[in-house]
Amino acid sequence: MSGAATAALATAPGRNAPILDLERIRRDFPILGKPVHGHRLVFLDSAASAQKPRAVIDAIKNCYETEYANVHRGVYWLSERATLNFEGARERIAKFLNAREGREIIFTRSATEAINLVAYSYGEGFLKAGDEVIISALEHHSNIVPWQLLRDRKGIVLKVAPINDAGEFLLDEYAKLFTPRTRLVAVTHTSNALGTVTPLTDIIRIAREHGAHVMVDGSQAAPHRAVDVRALDCDFFVFTGHKVYGPSGIGVLYGKADLLNAMPPYQGGGDMIRSVTFEKTEFADIPNRFEAGTPHISGAIGLAAAADYVTALGFDRIAAHEQALLAYATERLTAVPGLTIVGRARQKASIVSFVMEGAHPHDIGTVLDRQGIAVRAGHHCAQPLMDRMNVVGTARASFGLYNGFDDVDALADGLLRVREIFN
Amino acid sequence: MSELRELYQEVILDHSRQPRNFRKLPAANCEAKGDNPLCGDRVTVYLKVKDGIVEDVTFEGRGCAISMASASLMTEVLKGKTEVEVRELFDRFHDSMTGKSACQGADAGALDKLTVLSGVREYPMRVKCATLSWHTLMAALNHKQVPVSTEDPRL
Repeated sequence: MSGAATAALATAPGRNAPILDLERIRRDFPILGKPVHGHRLVFLDSAASAQKPRAVIDAIKNCYETEYANVHRGVYWLSERATLNFEGARERIAKFLNAREGREIIFTRSATEAINLVAYSYGEGFLKAGDEVIISALEHHSNIVPWQLLRDRKGIVLKVAPINDAGEFLLDEYAKLFTPRTRLVAVTHTSNALGTVTPLTDIIRIAREHGAHVMVDGSQAAPHRAVDVRALDCDFFVFTGHKVYGPSGIGVLYGKADLLNAMPPYQGGGDMIRSVTFEKTEFADIPNRFEAGTPHISGAIGLAAAADYVTALGFDRIAAHEQALLAYATERLTAVPGLTIVGRARQKASIVSFVMEGAHPHDIGTVLDRQGIAVRAGHHCAQPLMDRMNVVGTARASFGLYNGFDDVDALADGLLRVREIFN
Repeated sequence: MSELRELYQEVILDHSRQPRNFRKLPAANCEAKGDNPLCGDRVTVYLKVKDGIVEDVTFEGRGCAISMASASLMTEVLKGKTEVEVRELFDRFHDSMTGKSACQGADAGALDKLTVLSGVREYPMRVKCATLSWHTLMAALNHKQVPVSTEDPRL
């Protein structure tokens, strides 16, 4: 490591004290100690899925080794313990989002499933043909396709709020989309592909002025900033476990209790009923109504451990660290000849998407991989956004709390190597 | 780092920068589209086949260095081949990419030219980049109307 990188690792530019104790944090993540192609792993793909700290791995291990049984039904001690841990995880996630109560937290398989749940159940309960749903040009496919399916099923109208060339959400244009038929705004908090942070407070205020509900896709926000669903006053907020240092296969839907209670079930099965006869079934109250079948018990427990882990580090410090990384990465990548950063929004999470003259994103990804650097290449499940930005795809470096200035240096040096090969 | 040079040999870089036969073929009597939905790469292969012989072959598309170079090299080796020879070349090339056998067989000359792509074998995630144009070629020969996808489990 160069001297400059060592200094940068210890202290962020313009600060005397390190924001985060990176050495300690990196020891918390066992995988970061495993070399790749003989190099130190420089993991810059946390926006796709983050690595897991020991605390999460141990929570899952403990669940299976010491207190595992099915939840909500056994009268025996183990089942009671498992239920307490599972419902305790729900309470901890409620606190993580500052929800009013635990029953507003529905565990799902993923953020994708949470959005599908809203599209299906809210769609069934609240939307009629001709009603309008507004999404944005920044959305991941998971916040586009469920609404298209609903459109084709129910005849709703899907509208898209535009962005400018920098990748910023255009509030004025968005405000013009509303009509008396606009019922729901489903919008991302942070773009996975460009890093753009949307002006959620204004987006929600304008939706409120028109009497519309709001669903926020917070998958890329939850790892980077404290989320307060009450302060935001959104009706739904979804995020996924694996991007916030938790396990995969677990996601969260927050919904206001009154709204959730007014929605029909999404899936039928065990655990979501009050009573069943062959003639009629009475559904359970929330949250169980939306959790048919045995849930991902260890996943919920692992996710709660992840929420505790990031909360203990402190989102003010995580955000300050990641913003310093973003500024440094933007500076170093801008200096790489032939490289263009795609998405120059003023408000961004620590995600840098870029293209290079003469080098396709996949070739960039392969050359970086051989240097131990993991980046994502492709359309990032956001093809309409790629079209809007006039690119087929990009290479994307996304920074998590374990990344340091040494990782940015490795990336910038690796990209010079890419240039050597392809120029 | 030298293994990257094995993958990105000069011939590959040259073909990806200046792909040969990169154009529409108005006289084509077979054509097919192929895509890789995971990365957005797309290719269209045009063939003019007369009396069982490939008289001309061209392609259009976009993609990474590997996929563009593979398509370009493919068009160079196919001209003048019989349909039977083309199908055999496909089998040999496909086997060599998926590690079933080395790039060798009856048509040594054509396969020699394709051996520059043999480095791709060491990069399992990139094999589909190299084989996309060949699968699309077969779809054109077989007059398939539906675009070929690298994610088709039958490939």
